[in-house]
Amino acid sequence: MSDLLSLSAVAARAALDSGEISAPELATAYLEAVEQTAPLNNYVAVTADRALEMATASQGRIASGDAGLIEGIPVGVKDLFCTAGVASTACSRILEGFTPTYESTVTANLWREGGVMLGKLNCDEFAMGSGNETSAFGPAINPWQGADGVDLVPGGSSGGSASAVAARAALLATGTDTGGSIRQPAAFCGIVGMKPTYGRCSRWGIVAFASSLDQAGPFSRTVADNALMMQAMAGHDPKDSTSADTPLPDLMAALDKGVKGMKIGVPSEYVMDGMDGEVVALWEQGQAWLRDAGAELVEISLPHTKYALPAYYIIAPAEASSNLARYDGVRYGLRVEADSLDEMYAATRAAGFGEEVQRRILIGTYVLSAGYYDAYYLKAQKVRRLIKQDFDSAFETVDAILTPATPTAAFPVGRKVDDPVTNYLNDVFTVPANLAGLPGMALPAGLNSDGLPLGLQILGRPFDEASLYSIGRVIEDAAAFSAAPQHRAGGAS
Amino acid sequence: MSNLVEGRTGEWEVVIGLEVHAQVASNAKLFSGAPTAFGADPNANVSLVDAAMPGMLPVINQECVRQAIRTGLGLKAEINLVSVFDRKNYFYADLPQGYQISQYKQPIVGEGVLRLDMPDGTTREIGIERLHLEQDAGKSMHDQHPSKSYIDLNRTGVALMEIVSRPDMRSAAEAAAYVRKLRSILRYLGTCDGNMEEGSLRADVNVSVRRPGGEFGTRTETKNLNSLRFIQQAIDYEVARQIEIIEDGGEIDQETRLFDTSTGTTRAMRSKEDAHDYRYFPDPDLLPLVIPQEEVDELSAALPELPDQIRDRLTGEYGLSAYDAAVIIEERETASYYEAASAGRDRKLVANWMTVELFGALNKSGQTLADCKVTPAALGGLVGLIEDGTISGKIAKDVFATMFETGKDAAAIVEEQGLKQVSDSGAIEAMIDEVIAANDDKVAEYRGGKDKLFGFFVGQVMKASKGQANPGMVNQLLRAKLDG
Repeated sequence: MSDLLSLSAVAARAALDSGEISAPELATAYLEAVEQTAPLNNYVAVTADRALEMATASQGRIASGDAGLIEGIPVGVKDLFCTAGVASTACSRILEGFTPTYESTVTANLWREGGVMLGKLNCDEFAMGSGNETSAFGPAINPWQGADGVDLVPGGSSGGSASAVAARAALLATGTDTGGSIRQPAAFCGIVGMKPTYGRCSRWGIVAFASSLDQAGPFSRTVADNALMMQAMAGHDPKDSTSADTPLPDLMAALDKGVKGMKIGVPSEYVMDGMDGEVVALWEQGQAWLRDAGAELVEISLPHTKYALPAYYIIAPAEASSNLARYDGVRYGLRVEADSLDEMYAATRAAGFGEEVQRRILIGTYVLSAGYYDAYYLKAQKVRRLIKQDFDSAFETVDAILTPATPTAAFPVGRKVDDPVTNYLNDVFTVPANLAGLPGMALPAGLNSDGLPLGLQILGRPFDEASLYSIGRVIEDAAAFSAAPQHRAGGAS
Repeated sequence: MSNLVEGRTGEWEVVIGLEVHAQVASNAKLFSGAPTAFGADPNANVSLVDAAMPGMLPVINQECVRQAIRTGLGLKAEINLVSVFDRKNYFYADLPQGYQISQYKQPIVGEGVLRLDMPDGTTREIGIERLHLEQDAGKSMHDQHPSKSYIDLNRTGVALMEIVSRPDMRSAAEAAAYVRKLRSILRYLGTCDGNMEEGSLRADVNVSVRRPGGEFGTRTETKNLNSLRFIQQAIDYEVARQIEIIEDGGEIDQETRLFDTSTGTTRAMRSKEDAHDYRYFPDPDLLPLVIPQEEVDELSAALPELPDQIRDRLTGEYGLSAYDAAVIIEERETASYYEAASAGRDRKLVANWMTVELFGALNKSGQTLADCKVTPAALGGLVGLIEDGTISGKIAKDVFATMFETGKDAAAIVEEQGLKQVSDSGAIEAMIDEVIAANDDKVAEYRGGKDKLFGFFVGQVMKASKGQANPGMVNQLLRAKLDG
């Protein structure tokens, strides 16, 4: 049993093809793991019957030689993705009982490539949060525990996804990243998370948070698994006008390319006041690993970095305030009856949206209002262009950029929930890539003195995910990260 | 022609600008593949995108873009090769997304011009400020249930072109002429069916009054007028109301007003202070709309001939009256019928036959040109028979009546019924001699100076010939006999 759970997706694919293991066996092992790790609250719905049906079908395709890229691999789905016939709520009360008739393009791609659906994963409500604490289903818990035994957040918004993959309750999982919602939880949970280039993965069928920033991506325990899942889920989609018609290179082939001759930028602006010394040390270690592997490390400047967070917290809420207008109680989801249409709206949205979502709707409505639009929204868009230009000029000299993934390791559940601004600071290293539309990968690189994982982030040129996988593989090999979280299925060994 | 309105305290000039919403003629909606057919069951034409289901995304319908470009070209307007779709945010039950996708700062079509041909033969140019593409909203029905409203989303997301004029019109009649002309251009282009009863064309009218040539007054906007009559009524009412308020020492509130079709009056809907803050911002689900110049050039080359061009040919080269030209060009079908019927014939004569006899008969029988049995070639043939003297104009009317009923050729009817005009001078002279012989007294009176009796003799000869005598020859020969 624990053997099955310890297989990487790449290894499991080989074992499935060779007949060493079967897809239903693997699915069953994972369904049991899901049950075992239930206290982590990382699943909001388990689709056991569907998983077994899909696994059986996969086994048939494996037998007939028609296996897809991730044939028979158990996958968890962030609850932000609409899945046909399975409740899809964005972990919000306002979408209580909403079961789509349609399947998001990304999940449809995964099922087409043979993925086996385990269930829907917990996340921050409408993906708004950095700790998975705003979910209507309650917080998901990080399988890693601090020295004091306190429960830690898995990060957010894709906290359930990261927690499940780290706890071996899913072999792969989908996430979405609007300001760091894949990379920060990946770092907090000691796994690999990739936010692809904006436009790489279709947004069709994913509950929108901030349309110009949202991007789906994969969670995995290894860099190779991540490349495999990315290969399965990405692709042009005519149903998403912002989807890029740019061919995806062979990412598996990029894994062993190494970094010899690559120029890796180290942005001086990412050294921030009050940054955890252990984070800085790990960052330097990462630079050393890449240098040892033949890369040239170059100090670069991204001068507008400090404006990224304020700009993000204007643009994202602005888009969200409009994107979330459709949750009005008229057609689906929650409705609180009232005497007039306006009162029904107010009652429904007051009851349906949590505090953080309401806060961002208010911020977004404010910054788009007449008289404030120029000072906030328009200014933020200018900052966004400057940030993009910073990266454009950096990428004239470097092939990729190495930064810490987060300023700190995972924090305790409940600790910062009353201070939204401190929570927002979690995204300081991840937000710029969203504003610029760049691909970014977070991967584990070591433990801090409390035994908690710390991650590094690699940023690349638009549509150059391949280089990130080459670099990621080098760091993965050098870091040889083998520590296991306290709470995981099949034991900590 | 003065358009000034006389008030108690002097003359007032009326200033009118129109925002026309024209439904784009297209099979599918602006951002979803749902059909646009009118008259479907409630909520039958609704896609997941129209219903704003979670995670749904808009994808532009390129045919709607082409229709907007064609319309822009037809209005001699600037086509903006880059335009942007914005979200106009407001809550309403028949607006599922909570925003309308529209174009705010960067519309697809910029400034253009529309020529009005006034009844007195003069022309007026009305400036077009812009044309933009936007989504229509759905329909709320408040009379289906005692306490609830029903929502029909069939119209939701249907493509509209909002065509905004400059405040260049100076009377209700000009406003109506503008809408009529715009409708005609849209129908020529095939970019909007112009059906006002079905709501394919509706207008918001902005009205203000000022002292002649003075500063613009404060305007009101009356929304959603779906007939020419309502447009004129609403303007007339607003003009009278505003003049009265100002002359009584009051001020006009800048507000949105509703027109009551049963009373022909307008009433305040919301004031400027209550105006929505629509929080426009570029729709992040859509990239800027980029149109290659080649596409504009292709559409421009394929544009049909438009009413102004045809009118200029009709009144210039063909020598038609302004009135006849206006009647013929209002519909594209009529104009092409005319062109076909009059080719190689007397253009003015054909115009006359079309506007008087053909349209008269169509009106009387409740038919349209499309169901008419008289083909353009047949009408041309009839006029040809008049031109070459085969039949007289009078006989031609009888022939036309038969053509209209049976669809037969004029020449065949003339042949069958023996209606061919008598141009044989011997035969006509014989008839004249008979008439003179039978009316000795009248002949004497005529020769005694009663000239007016000449008409009597003409009538008698024509009667004797059963209308078939060539009237010109009758005149000539009769005069020779009587005066000679």
